[in-house]
Amino acid sequence: MHILPLFPALGLGGAFLVSLLGRRSKKFCDIFTNVITCALFGLSLYSLCILKSQTSPLVYKVGGWIPPIGISLVLDGLSSFMLIIVNFVAFMITLYSVNYMEKFTAKFKFYTLFLLMLAGMNGVIVTGDIFNLFVFLEIASVASYALVAYGVEAEELEASFKYLIMSSVASLFILLGIAFLYSYASTLNMADIAVVLSEKGLNNAMLFASILFIVGFSLKAAIVPFHAWLPDAHPSAPAPISACLSGIFIKALGVYTLCRLFYNVFGANPALLNLFMGLGAVSIVVGALLALGQVDFKRLLAYSSINQIGYIILGLGLGTPLGILGALFHLFNHSVFKSLLFLNSGAVEYTVGTRNIRDMGGLREKMPVTSSTSLIASMSISGIPPFNGFFSKLIIILACIHAGHVVYSFWAILGSILTLAYFMKLQKNVFFGNLPERYNNVREVPFFMKTAMVMLAIACIVGGFMVLPKVKKYILSPAQNVLTHGLDYKNINEIGVK
Amino acid sequence: MITYFLCLVLFAVGLYAVLRKRNLIKIIIGIVICEYAVNLFLVLFGYRMNNRSPIYDPDQVITKMVDPLPQALVLTSIVIGLATTALVVGIAIRIYEKYGTFDITKIRKLRG
Repeated sequence: MHILPLFPALGLGGAFLVSLLGRRSKKFCDIFTNVITCALFGLSLYSLCILKSQTSPLVYKVGGWIPPIGISLVLDGLSSFMLIIVNFVAFMITLYSVNYMEKFTAKFKFYTLFLLMLAGMNGVIVTGDIFNLFVFLEIASVASYALVAYGVEAEELEASFKYLIMSSVASLFILLGIAFLYSYASTLNMADIAVVLSEKGLNNAMLFASILFIVGFSLKAAIVPFHAWLPDAHPSAPAPISACLSGIFIKALGVYTLCRLFYNVFGANPALLNLFMGLGAVSIVVGALLALGQVDFKRLLAYSSINQIGYIILGLGLGTPLGILGALFHLFNHSVFKSLLFLNSGAVEYTVGTRNIRDMGGLREKMPVTSSTSLIASMSISGIPPFNGFFSKLIIILACIHAGHVVYSFWAILGSILTLAYFMKLQKNVFFGNLPERYNNVREVPFFMKTAMVMLAIACIVGGFMVLPKVKKYILSPAQNVLTHGLDYKNINEIGVK
Repeated sequence: MITYFLCLVLFAVGLYAVLRKRNLIKIIIGIVICEYAVNLFLVLFGYRMNNRSPIYDPDQVITKMVDPLPQALVLTSIVIGLATTALVVGIAIRIYEKYGTFDITKIRKLRG
């Protein structure tokens, strides 16, 4: 049996069953959703083993139609890498939701939407057909609009509306881009488009299409100046969803699709890479400056996401193997520590009942697990040496200097210092200092929430070892090779196994 | 050529409504107009002048027909648009219940 169709199918089928049977028993929802996300995580690890055992990428023909006529699903180093990230974080989030979502009614609706979103993200990652990519992107987006509005309070609805309008405009831009691409290349298979584009060359219509794609996917990835929806939408959602949106959603739908299109289909050209570098540097500085002034725990983290996405885009824009390695490594690290930080913010909100960091203080003694895991995550994200964030930022900054872009490396260092500043502010206000009288009865969060946070914290520490040459060749290098030898993607239909 | 241009104008009208209007419902209508413009564009570039519809018929040899693929794409895209529109209208109704207005300048609890 082929594993590739299982990635979208498990999520879709799970969503269907949870919505059908979940009304009866809460226990069933909890166990069933966790089993599905765990299975998906297992499958993505297995996909890595499959790739290791054979040299060429895996291609699955949906319904037996030969690409480019039918839809194909593709598994190469990059998609396997992304699948591992997405499904690992999703598993941790469902584990966390077992306890956290108790306070909401209709838990099964949450699980249904979550599984739909996960199916959409997995589908975007494995698909090899550009219109299919659009469909999965919309499945994930529609589920995420509903999840942002999940609490149906005034702020949540407002944030969801704003997010929905901006994101639908982004989807329309992407669809328009696909229309241009199809009218030029007469095919929807991405590998086939790459073949046609390399034979016929790029003309002005393709330039216009690539601008449409950049605008659309940058809106999805929340790169400055397309970031306005993120600081509203991410804090308003329930904490597990904030973690999912900030940790993996903007990467699977924004950064991954940008990589795939501009490295593998269009082929990296210098003008485009310069644009990416500029957008990345602006995101780093603007995100960090805006995060400094925040007093809302989750809003600060949301601005920090914009700041960290900037590093990834900057690294990708460099286009050198080292820069791409740094970007992919930072992508992994950011999804781990940012989802951990959002889960911490959820834990604090769960016990204390507020998100304003001025009203907190001294929670370190009362909530040892939450405070120590958040300390690990904060140190990782601000780039303190033994943790994973340090290595990825170091690689990106070194790659900047190596490629001769000293100015960009300056902005990256400045952004890192600002990151340290606002996370020190966060730690000082929330976990250190004096405990206010009214929080004397605060207790540590329940078991599953603790487990999820501890496992993500372990991933933060262990993640640093991924750049060691012996470990790198298994996970990071295959993904890096897909991007550095970008145009090899066009041969995928011929050399792909089955 | 003029049809393509008019299609672009339709898209611009929709974008104008999204960007400039203050009423939630008008913004939603703007999104829908944009969607229609994109769908129309998809159908347009698959169209060939004076060619027949792409329906298989065993009695005839089809030599010239319009491209059927964009039509299939448009069907999918319309269904997706329906889901999005239903959701956004639902959210707009809930917003009206909470704030008592459709005016976006009065719906601003989120700042910073």
